[in-house]
Amino acid sequence: MIKWKHTKLALSIVAILTILSACSDNNDSTGADGGSGATVSISGSTSVGPLAEKLAAKYSETDNTNIEINQIGSSAGITNAISGVSEIGMSSRDLKEEEIASGLNEVVIAYDGIVVVTHPTNKVKDLTMEQVKQIFTGEVTNWSELGGDDMEIVVVSREDGSGSRDAFQEIVDYSSGELIRNAIIASGNGNIKTTVANNKHAVGFISFEYIDETISTIDINGVEANAANVLQEKYSLSRPFLFVYKEGQLTDAGQRFIDFILSEDGQLIAEEAGAIRVK
Amino acid sequence: MSIPTTNKQTVEIGKANKRKYMLEKLSSRIFLICALLSVITLLLIIGFVFYKGAHPFVAEGYSFINFIFGTDWVPSEDKFGIFPMIVASIFATIGALIIGVPIGLFTAIFLAEIASKRLAKIISPAIQLLAGIPSVLYGVFGLAIIVPFLQNTFGLVKGQSLIAVILVLAIMMLPTIVTVAETAIRAVPQTYREGSYALGVSQIGTIFKVIVPAAKSGIMTAIVLGLGRAIGETMAVILVAGNSLIVPTSLTDSVRPLTTNIALEMGYAFGTHQEMLFATGIVLFSFILILNFVLAKISAKGGN
Repeated sequence: MIKWKHTKLALSIVAILTILSACSDNNDSTGADGGSGATVSISGSTSVGPLAEKLAAKYSETDNTNIEINQIGSSAGITNAISGVSEIGMSSRDLKEEEIASGLNEVVIAYDGIVVVTHPTNKVKDLTMEQVKQIFTGEVTNWSELGGDDMEIVVVSREDGSGSRDAFQEIVDYSSGELIRNAIIASGNGNIKTTVANNKHAVGFISFEYIDETISTIDINGVEANAANVLQEKYSLSRPFLFVYKEGQLTDAGQRFIDFILSEDGQLIAEEAGAIRVK
Repeated sequence: MSIPTTNKQTVEIGKANKRKYMLEKLSSRIFLICALLSVITLLLIIGFVFYKGAHPFVAEGYSFINFIFGTDWVPSEDKFGIFPMIVASIFATIGALIIGVPIGLFTAIFLAEIASKRLAKIISPAIQLLAGIPSVLYGVFGLAIIVPFLQNTFGLVKGQSLIAVILVLAIMMLPTIVTVAETAIRAVPQTYREGSYALGVSQIGTIFKVIVPAAKSGIMTAIVLGLGRAIGETMAVILVAGNSLIVPTSLTDSVRPLTTNIALEMGYAFGTHQEMLFATGIVLFSFILILNFVLAKISAKGGN
């Protein structure tokens, strides 16, 4: 009885070892096959991150490359790309001059549109960028000043640290400190949409993909918020989703992943994920 | 023939005893490990929160006074002041007490003293069920019912407000208050009631002059436990508070209590911002510690 147990144990150990060694053999051989099985490290924006994850998941079905994605924010991702900690950085804002000066290349993988939304009953349908800024900084506090009914404006914003909020504030040109203090802070696009849809006083901002009939969208400077206008650079409340890398640091595997993203398949995935395709 | 049998029996009894003692020893070890586990967890949580939260003040030169009394919370501009949130937490808790304590106490008195057994059998489980509802559902209820109600009925420009938080918290603290207070009232000896009735005091007079004073420490415990529930509540509050960064001056202002601040921003925070959220946790923790201290005092008094 006892002997039999030992034999069983020995057998299973042998079996496990065989499987393990087979696995490592497998890895070695693919590693030797022209660089596939390599690791591409990507870090950066929490807005680009989810899209990059989807692209990486699809890409890994056909290619053996291991893609590691860390969502740590645009600035941190760009810093990592410069310092070489990550091969590719993700950014949801344009590069600053000193970042370009440090030898970074950028590839636009998609665009994201942000739209200002109000309650469907709100008469205000068109605002200038300056008016948007005045609303969110509290200079204008009544819809009547903007051609609407005489009622108070209730500003709804995302939480500090959110990529969408950063992008919105950067494009509209106000800082977190300038945001009107009694603004409602909602976590997530869906939460903003619900809040605005249930309050006729409210104004907020969401990504294009969240637009539906429960809220009313606002034209900026007379330009409607849609993908075509973003691509023609008419609609200004948009931002690029960037992959940045240092000249000469990009590996073959990294280049192939970027090529995949820019291909028809990759752009379709981007579109499904709610982003605006580059071409 | 009989002698070997007894020998065998004693041997077996000895064996059984040995096994019994082993089991006994083993069980007490397992109990000890379980007991230590919760203590260790507590120490780890305290250690971690304090280690992370104290870092900005110890190593990065931030002032703790500015942190507590600062009115600006703009993490992206390196401003960390949680005074509005401390005020919001205190106001929300006090408000919830003002509404929740009388309702809870009267419910407890009704269940223990006035209600027929049949009625109590219906109400009691309902209240206990109320305690089991996940807090996020209270938040959804608040967002779907209370917030629009405040907007439509009272014409508030935004229903996400201090009063919405107070209403949700008051409902949430009810089960705690009712259950604990009811137990305390039921524990008052029957002789007290009989004595009071014998002196010709009415039922209501007996309740307020005799029974409630006799159950005072239990009722105080109920209130403090309810308070703890209110001050620590997060998920329900985050949906109805509005989370604005202002020191509330009216019931209709939207507020951001301490818990909400942590939950709202932890997802995106890193570096100093994250540490400051842990520091917010320290302040919250201090509130809870004070409450527990008060609770211990009350219990000790009740014992005497």
